[in-house]
Amino acid sequence: MHFLSGKTNIDFLGKRNIALGFSLILILVSITSIYTRGLNLGIDFTGGYLIEVGYSQSIELEPVRSALAKSEYSDALIQHFGTSKDVLVRIAPRVGVNSARISDDVLDILKTTSTDKVEMRRIEFVGPQVGEELREQGGLAMLIALFCIMIYVGLRFQMKSAVGAIMALIHDVIITIGVFSIIQMPFDLSVLAALLAVIGYSLNDTVVVLDRIRETFRTQRKGTAVEILNMSINGTLSRTIMTSLTTLLVLTALFLLGGEVIHGFAFALIIGVFIGTYSSIYVASNSLVLMGVEKHDFLEHAKENEEIDELP
Amino acid sequence: MINQYPLWKYLLLVIVLVVGGIYAMPNLYGEDPSVLVSLRNKTVDEATKVKVDELLKNAAIQTKSSELKNNKLLIRFDSVEHQLTAAEQIKEFKFITRNSDYTVALNLAPATPAWLQSFNAIPMYLGLDLRGGVHFLLEVDMHSVIKNLESDLSSEMKSYLREEKIRYKGVKASEATISIEFRDANGLEAGFSKLKAQFRDLEFTEKEEALTVLAKITDKMLREERKSAIQQNVTTLRNRVNELGVAEPVIQQQGENRIVVQLPGVQDTARAKDILGATATLEFRLTEGTRLDWQEAENGGSVPFNAKLYHERNGDPVLLKRRVIVTGDQINSASSTIDTQSGSPAVSVRLDGKGAKKMGETTRNNIKKPMAVVFIENKVVTKMVDGEKVKVRTRKEEVINIATIQGQFSKQFQITGLESFEAKDLALLLRAGALKAPVEIVEERTVGPSLGKDNIEQGFNSVMIGFSLVLVFMAVYYRAFGLIANVALTANLILITAILSLMQATLTLPGIAGIVLTVGMAVDANVLIFERIREELRLGNSAQASIHAGYEKAFSTIADANVTTLIAAIVLFSLGTGPIKGFAITLSIGILTSMFTAIMGTRALVNLFYGGRNLKNISI
Repeated sequence: MHFLSGKTNIDFLGKRNIALGFSLILILVSITSIYTRGLNLGIDFTGGYLIEVGYSQSIELEPVRSALAKSEYSDALIQHFGTSKDVLVRIAPRVGVNSARISDDVLDILKTTSTDKVEMRRIEFVGPQVGEELREQGGLAMLIALFCIMIYVGLRFQMKSAVGAIMALIHDVIITIGVFSIIQMPFDLSVLAALLAVIGYSLNDTVVVLDRIRETFRTQRKGTAVEILNMSINGTLSRTIMTSLTTLLVLTALFLLGGEVIHGFAFALIIGVFIGTYSSIYVASNSLVLMGVEKHDFLEHAKENEEIDELP
Repeated sequence: MINQYPLWKYLLLVIVLVVGGIYAMPNLYGEDPSVLVSLRNKTVDEATKVKVDELLKNAAIQTKSSELKNNKLLIRFDSVEHQLTAAEQIKEFKFITRNSDYTVALNLAPATPAWLQSFNAIPMYLGLDLRGGVHFLLEVDMHSVIKNLESDLSSEMKSYLREEKIRYKGVKASEATISIEFRDANGLEAGFSKLKAQFRDLEFTEKEEALTVLAKITDKMLREERKSAIQQNVTTLRNRVNELGVAEPVIQQQGENRIVVQLPGVQDTARAKDILGATATLEFRLTEGTRLDWQEAENGGSVPFNAKLYHERNGDPVLLKRRVIVTGDQINSASSTIDTQSGSPAVSVRLDGKGAKKMGETTRNNIKKPMAVVFIENKVVTKMVDGEKVKVRTRKEEVINIATIQGQFSKQFQITGLESFEAKDLALLLRAGALKAPVEIVEERTVGPSLGKDNIEQGFNSVMIGFSLVLVFMAVYYRAFGLIANVALTANLILITAILSLMQATLTLPGIAGIVLTVGMAVDANVLIFERIREELRLGNSAQASIHAGYEKAFSTIADANVTTLIAAIVLFSLGTGPIKGFAITLSIGILTSMFTAIMGTRALVNLFYGGRNLKNISI
C-alpha cells in the first residue's frame, strides 16, 4: 500500500512565504495569549490542594458546592472529573494553618455529602515553595534540553542546520504552549513532560529531513538550494507522514482510553506531533533558505568527514 | 554475498529474546490485591491465621489464598473490593484490636509462579499512582536545628565558665554566633583564653571595649549539624514507619533539607501525617507549692523563680518545678496497655539506666508528694508576616497526669490520663524516638486503591489498543516487511518490560504513557528503512541490493534521530521528579531497545527469509 504513489514532486518551498506567514501568525497568537490569558497552571506549579472523590452513583455538584460553601473552603473549585460519579475539588494554597491538614478536612466535609460511602481517589497537596521550585526546574529543563540538542545537532551537522532545527523546536514549543493557553487546559507536570517529549519528537522529524538535505546536496550536481530542499522534503515525505500517523494512532488510544489523569499529557503530544510534522517540512527548511544555505555549506563538512574516516 | 548474517548474531538475538521473555513473564501473572497482617517484633502464628481465616469465611469474603510468610500473614484476594472490605473487617476484629502490636496493611503481592521465581523473575515495581498509597515530601526545619545548637553551646559555655570561676555578665546567641559579656577586663582576658582552648571548633574574636567575646559557629560545624539532623530524622521516621507496619516503604533524603516518605497501601493519610510529623514527647516534673499558689499564679500572681506555670487538659493551672526529672529520650521502650486498677488506657514505660537512676533518687526523696507528667508537642506552621512566608514554631505543653508518689520506683512504671488512641500513638512515638528537628509536610500525593486499579487498567488498555492499531497499520502498509516490523515491535515491548522488571525501576502512569509513545515511535526506524528500500527499488535496483542499501543508508539517520530524543529524555530524568522520572525512564529504555529490535532484529528476519535467494520482487 502507498499513500503517495511513486515519487512525489510537490513544490513545498514555492509556498514558503505563505508558510512563513502562517507560522508567524500562529506564534504571534500564541505569545499574545500566553501574555494576556496566561496558562491555567495546575497545582504542581501554583501550589494548592486537589481532592478527588468517587461516589457510588452519579452525583449533582450542587450539594457538594453548598457543603463546601458553608465551610471555610468557600473558594473551592468543584467539577466532575471523567464521569459524573467522580468529583474533583481544587483549593488555592493558604498559609497560617497547618497546611497538610486541609486535604483531610476537605475529605471529611466531602464524606458528609452523600449517605453512601464516599471514596478517596486522590489527594494532592503542593506547598507554595515546592510549586515555585517545580516551575523553575521545569523552565530550566526546557532550556537545558534545547541547549544540549543544539550542541549535538551543531556537531553532527553544521551551524545553519542546527539553527534551523532549533527554530523548528522553539516554533513547536511556543505553539503547543499557546494552544494550552488559548483553550485554558490545565498545565501540570505531566504536560511539561509531554512538551519535552514533543521536543524529542519534533527534532527526530527535523533531523531526518536535515539528514536527507545533506545527502541530496552532496549527491546532486545541479539545482538551486530551493530545488534541492524540495527534493529532500519529497524524499522523506512518506516517512514523515507514516511515523506521524503511527504516533498519532497510539496517542489517540492514550487520549481516549488512558483516563482523565493522562488527558493533558496525551493532548499536548497530539498537538506537538501535528505541529512537529508541519515544522519539519516547513520551518527548518525555510530557515535554511532564509540563512542562504548553499551546496558549499555541506561539502566542506563532507571533506572533513572523509579525512577523519581515512584515519587508521 | 549480501544480506546474510553470521550465526552468532542469530544466537545473540535468540538469547536476548529468551532471557527477556523469562523476565517479562511475571508481569503476565500480575499482582494480587492482598492484606498483610504483622506483629511487631514477633512472628504471626498459626493460631492467628486460623482466627483470621475464620473471620473472613464468616463474613463471606472470598480469598484466593492465605499463607504465613516472612513472619507475616499474607491473604490474597481476587478483587480490590474484597481486599478493602476484608482489611476493614480485620482491623476491627477483636482478636486483632486487643493487641496493639498488630498492624494490618494493604499490599500488592506478586502472583509469580514458583518456577519463574527460581529465576528471580518478579513483576515491574508499580509506583504509588498505580498501586495506591501516600507520598509525602517533608521539610526539616533547619532554623530550629541551628537554634538548638546555639542554646546547647551557650549553656555549655555558661557551666564551663562557672566551673572555672570566671564571672560573666550574660551569654546571648544569634545568627550562629554566641556573645559572652564579662564584668571586667580581667574576666574578659581569662574567659577568652580559656574558652578558646576549650571550644576548639568555634572561631573566637575579642571585643575589648564591649568586654565581649564572640564565638562564631563555623560553616563546617553548621553543615555537619544539619547533616546529622536530617540523618537522625530519617532514622526516626524509618522507625515510625516500621511501627505502622507498611510493606515496602521508601524513606529517603532528598536535597539538603528534605525527606521523601512513600507508604504503599496506606489510605489513612490523617493518621500517617500525625505519626510522621509528631514531635510528641514526655517530661516528668515535681509540682511546686499548693493548689492555692497555682490558682494565684494563674490570676497573675507571682511565680516562684524555680517554677513555671502549666495547665492540665481541663484548663486547671499547675506550678511545676523547672528541673526536669526525666525526659522522653531517656525512655527505652513503651507500649500501650490498659491500667489494671482503673481500667483506663495507659502507657507502660521503661527507662534507660540514667533515667532510672534519676527517677529512683527523686521518688525516694519525695514520697507522698505529687509528680506531674507533661505531654509536649512541637509543630511548625507557615504564616504570612508582612507578605513574607515565615515558619512559626508552636509548642504545646500539657499536664496529662498528676499523681502522688506512693513509693520509690525507677525503671518501669505506667502513665495514665490519655485517651485510648493517644496512648497507642504516644507509645509508638516514644519507641521510635524523637525527631531531632521539627518537620513540615510540603507536598503530598495520595492515590486511593480504586484509582490505582483504574490507572493500571486504563494504562494497560491504551498500550494494548495502541499497539494493535500499529500492528494492523504496518501489516497493511508494508505487507511482508510490515509483519517483520511487527515481530520486532512485539520483541521491543517484551524487552522494555523485561528491563523494567529487572531494574525494578518504578513504573508510573506517565511511565506507561512513555511505553505507549515508544510503541508509536519505535516503528519509525523501520519506516525509515522500508521507505529507503522502496526508493532504491524505484530507482531500478535489484531487490537484494535495495534491501542492503535501505538498511545502510537509513542507519545514520536513525541513530541521529534517536540520540536527540535520548538527550531530551535524559534531561527530563535528571531534572524531573517522581512521576516524570518514570516517563523519562521508559522513554529512554524504549529508544535503546527499539534501536536493537528495529535494526538488528528486523535485519535478521529479512536476511533469514530473503538473504541469498534470487529475488524478482519483494513484498513491501
